[in-house]
Amino acid sequence: MKVFQKTKMLTDAHLHYCPGCTHGIVHRLVAESIEELGLQDKCIGVAPVGCAVFAYDYFNCDMQEAAHGRAPAVATGIKRCLPDRTVFVYQGDGDLASIGMAETVHAAARGENITIIFINNSIYGMTGGQMAPTTLIGQKATTCQNGRDPAVNGYPIRVCELLATLDAPYYIERVSTHDVKHVMAAKKAIKKALRFQSEGRGYTFVEVLVSCPTNWHMRPAEALQFMGKECVKTFPLGVYRDKSEGEAEV
Amino acid sequence: MSKILLHGTEAICEGAMRNGCRAFFGYPITPQNEVPEYMSVQMPKIGGVFVQAESEVAAINMVYGAAGAGIRAMTSSSSPGVSLKQEGISYIACARIPCVIVNIMRAGPGLGGILPAQGDYFQATKGGGHGDYHLIVLAPSTAQEACDFTYRAFDLSDKYRVPAMILADGMIGQIMEPVELPPMRDLKDIPEKQWATSGHYGKERRILNSLIIKPEELEPHVNELQRTYDEIYANERKAECYKTEDAEIVLTAYGTIARICKSVVDELRMQGVKAGCIRPITLYPFPDDAYAKCAAGAAKAFLSVELSLGQMVEDVKLAVNGKKPVYFYGRTGGNVPEEAEIIEAAKNALKKAEAVQ
Repeated sequence: MKVFQKTKMLTDAHLHYCPGCTHGIVHRLVAESIEELGLQDKCIGVAPVGCAVFAYDYFNCDMQEAAHGRAPAVATGIKRCLPDRTVFVYQGDGDLASIGMAETVHAAARGENITIIFINNSIYGMTGGQMAPTTLIGQKATTCQNGRDPAVNGYPIRVCELLATLDAPYYIERVSTHDVKHVMAAKKAIKKALRFQSEGRGYTFVEVLVSCPTNWHMRPAEALQFMGKECVKTFPLGVYRDKSEGEAEV
Repeated sequence: MSKILLHGTEAICEGAMRNGCRAFFGYPITPQNEVPEYMSVQMPKIGGVFVQAESEVAAINMVYGAAGAGIRAMTSSSSPGVSLKQEGISYIACARIPCVIVNIMRAGPGLGGILPAQGDYFQATKGGGHGDYHLIVLAPSTAQEACDFTYRAFDLSDKYRVPAMILADGMIGQIMEPVELPPMRDLKDIPEKQWATSGHYGKERRILNSLIIKPEELEPHVNELQRTYDEIYANERKAECYKTEDAEIVLTAYGTIARICKSVVDELRMQGVKAGCIRPITLYPFPDDAYAKCAAGAAKAFLSVELSLGQMVEDVKLAVNGKKPVYFYGRTGGNVPEEAEIIEAAKNALKKAEAVQ
């Protein structure tokens, strides 16, 4: 008989995420992938500032908490010194694509052999719903209360597409968590990225679209529908770089 | 052992590498470019890591990661760049990650100028970034000390889990002097870091963090930091006292200016003025005991001489504690005072002190 168990890569701490937020799902996908690949012991995670700031309480491995936006630099320091360890970074969109854009782009350009899990919910969640670099055109936030107006607020940044202009990245994919099918695909992408890192192949980046019912002012189910209908228009899902293409799937 | 001729910045690098530094992260800024240049060549030769970061901000955060993983790590910059590092330094101080930060000071504020200055004294000794914290701050005045103090900074930083700073003016960075190099330390001699996040391998996992959101937990943490600073104060204050025993006018200066002040002391003594000089070696903890001793003795006045408009003088006043008058002479903008200027300032200080007595 097979009994379902929670992955050992997650602690028993209660997640602080809001009801209906899919951060928790992504935590589990990352944790399961690390455990399934047998990387738990030699894994070092870097937590961001933002909704996932307490990630160091949830991932059951050595963790460093980085300053806002600096996680890729912190991960660079760890990985360069300990190249045989698995180093993953978990960052939200304000952290990664706004204050930390320089660290994001340069870690990618250097081809650091790390894995970045990028959570895109198109809003600043932890601070209460301000406009993010990924807020959709017309989407309301507390700092653009009539909806994002390109004339005033500019346009959302597509990070996968931006990083795919660089030569070094090995693997870049955008996935979503708006339904079970897409969650399964997200797991596949995350596991692939971590495996590539463990094989020393280079920089891997997985952007995961996540819902924020609280700050989008939607019910959880509505928020998932909004992601599947609207978010994916601005942020098309798919593989933006895969240097392993042509190899047989593992 | 024989001496070799070394640039001040190279002496810093040698001191670091010879005491186990195996990771360097830097970004170009004058007048310290020779540090990253030298490290980019030397680090790979000893199995170390060199990364030219995209910014000073990234460099200090790479130090956070590397030093947090248990490796002795260093970054270097000059004044405007060190301002950029302050965010990272504050996080490092709170997470108690030992490391060494080098500041080869240039003239400020703002982009300022590239010539020597000591305008970052407040920033270095009073915390620099946000929150209640301090660094251990060492001030070399020769290339030999640049090497030796950097070597020592790694041991002090590890011992107390407090980041250490080498605070040198641009002159010390750019000087060339003979240096006797310490032997290369065996990495096995460096005590293992029981707190490092280097992969837990079945042991209890470790977290390095500066977010302590509960007030009932943050206060004890900051109090514990303060207890460590008190311990550092008790154990590590250090100054060179040059002819201070019977000195009536006590000059005080660190770095390049201390060298000039020692010549001034000799010249004043030739003229029959009993002069001496206190040269702080640790700027934090400040060696207040050396001043208290002079203030209780023959000293009639103190004169703080700085490449700033009066920063260290505040600590001198606290150390002298009102017992004797404390005066100030300083130049800024990258200008270094000549002996004659300081001699005149010293004589004036003594005259003023005698008038009020």
